[in-house]
Amino acid sequence: MRRRKRKKIEAMDIICYAAALIVVVITLYPVLHLMALSFSSSGAVSKNTVSIWPKEFTLQAYRQVLSTGTVPNSFINSIVYTAIGTAINMLFTSTMAYALSKAQLPFRSFFTKLVLLTMYLSGGMIPTFLLVNALGLYDSIWALVLPGAVSTYNLIVLRSFFAAMPVELEESARLDGANDITVFWRIVLPLSKAGLATIALFYLVGHWNSFYSAMIYLRSADKYPLQLVLRNIVIQGQMANELAAAGQASAAESMYGQVSVNSIKYATLFLSIVPMMFIYPFIQKYFVKGVMIGSLKG
Amino acid sequence: MKARRSEKTEIKTAKKQSWVNLIVKNRYLLLLLLPGLIYYIIFCYVPMYGALIAFKDYTPEYGKGFIQNIMESPWVGLEHFRRFFGSYNFTQLLRNTLLLSLYSLVFGFPLPIIFALILNEIRGKHFKKFVQTASYLPHFISTVAVVSMLTLFLSPRSGFINRIITTLFHMEPIYFMAEPGWFRILYVASGIWQSLGWGAIVYIAALSNVDQGMYEAATVDGASRWQKILYISLPSLKSTIMILLILNIGSMFSVGGEKVILMYQPNTYETADVISSFIYRRGLQYAEFSYTTAVGLFNSFVNIILLVSANWISRKVTDESLF
Repeated sequence: MRRRKRKKIEAMDIICYAAALIVVVITLYPVLHLMALSFSSSGAVSKNTVSIWPKEFTLQAYRQVLSTGTVPNSFINSIVYTAIGTAINMLFTSTMAYALSKAQLPFRSFFTKLVLLTMYLSGGMIPTFLLVNALGLYDSIWALVLPGAVSTYNLIVLRSFFAAMPVELEESARLDGANDITVFWRIVLPLSKAGLATIALFYLVGHWNSFYSAMIYLRSADKYPLQLVLRNIVIQGQMANELAAAGQASAAESMYGQVSVNSIKYATLFLSIVPMMFIYPFIQKYFVKGVMIGSLKG
Repeated sequence: MKARRSEKTEIKTAKKQSWVNLIVKNRYLLLLLLPGLIYYIIFCYVPMYGALIAFKDYTPEYGKGFIQNIMESPWVGLEHFRRFFGSYNFTQLLRNTLLLSLYSLVFGFPLPIIFALILNEIRGKHFKKFVQTASYLPHFISTVAVVSMLTLFLSPRSGFINRIITTLFHMEPIYFMAEPGWFRILYVASGIWQSLGWGAIVYIAALSNVDQGMYEAATVDGASRWQKILYISLPSLKSTIMILLILNIGSMFSVGGEKVILMYQPNTYETADVISSFIYRRGLQYAEFSYTTAVGLFNSFVNIILLVSANWISRKVTDESLF
């Protein structure tokens, strides 16, 4: 019975499996290659023989990167910015989303329009920059976490999530005399963990991966987040690299001893990817859910 | 007459009272709204007011507030817009912005659809799950990291791409990041690498909602796999495709500057510089605040026109629309 049900392999199957495999290879190769390079000795790296398995395995590059202070410090900065930023995001977004999800909110349609309008209109980069400076936020963490405190997209997703909750759950508490804030805090939030987690993860990944506001608003190097340091070392460092190759003694090379500039870059880059790489398989289902709720709303 | 007038005022006061009542009754709900509302006013609506400096000569004076500074700056009318339209940057920025979007759309838009259709044909559940999960990975990698990988792997001396070019094809190494001719290709290709799997999610979900009975009925009628894809799977994606297409066309002029700023260098400005990277460079690095605000305002104006017209066309042609 079982054997008969088994369908025969058609050309279509071969094409589809092959195409899917190609996608996997193209997706994973750069990341695996990077990992292999970062764990290989500088000698092997410079000989260009490393593919997706480390050669002459060593942690030398990581030791160098972690001993200089800049990268570990920026790593901690990123964690702090991500934690505080996400907390602020959640506070502002969830309260507003709940208020907007309630039909009895006075002037609800006006407030909703006020919010939706910002999806199509904005003051632009420069007025926002001038405002943030005028508020005295320049070179502080607040410039990174306040200007994006609410993402309209996430707000709408969360609003529809709250709106879909059965009212009966709140009614009984209301009869006991609880006010909106108590209901929100005691009943709605605990029952919305899945929705809140989705939104929080959207914000979290956004903060961890962002570099732009840090580039615009931060001046002190000791406040830089990891992404900005990564950019300075790998992308801007291209200059130092070429200087070193041209035979001029480069500051970067002497600073890092026998570990080559490239090994340093590979290790820093891989370090920046690692947290997301290990977290995302576990959180992707929340993301997928978030994308779905968002897309249903159009 | 008099009676009617007093009736009217009575209704008015009654209305006012019910307003007040409503607000008092829902004060806690309004309190919950407050933080978000303050955020929107300060960080969205004040900058919108600030966009007025596009018509002024804004020079910030120390010790004065943002709004006061704006009010006290002299009006210059459309001077900044005229300067922008007349500058040699104008056509270059317009062309670069449009072409980057266009290439991203033409090459980047169909691929997630095709990928979703392919995944839908794969029967092995575990393999499918693995492919899907792997394809999401680049979405979680930051723009900085992606551009860093481009920089390192395309490097003429140490990158593996150039090693293949020099050893396998015996050609001179290509300076990918420094040549204007390569910029668009790299921008679009890395964008596809990052968004292929993620962009397919919506389509995969739409395909999973298709009634399996339709496929079975088609099998009974003797349809081939290819015909089933063409006549069942693809049509079921139509409305999703249309909505996403409108959104994409509507945002054709809003190419984000972040990736461009990371990728470009003075050598490649001629193909790489887009409106937002120009605003960043001239506005923040050279402090031409009013001029670049005017450029930004022009950009949003074009965006809105594009979105509205894409929406209008789609409503006429397919009955699908955003608003």
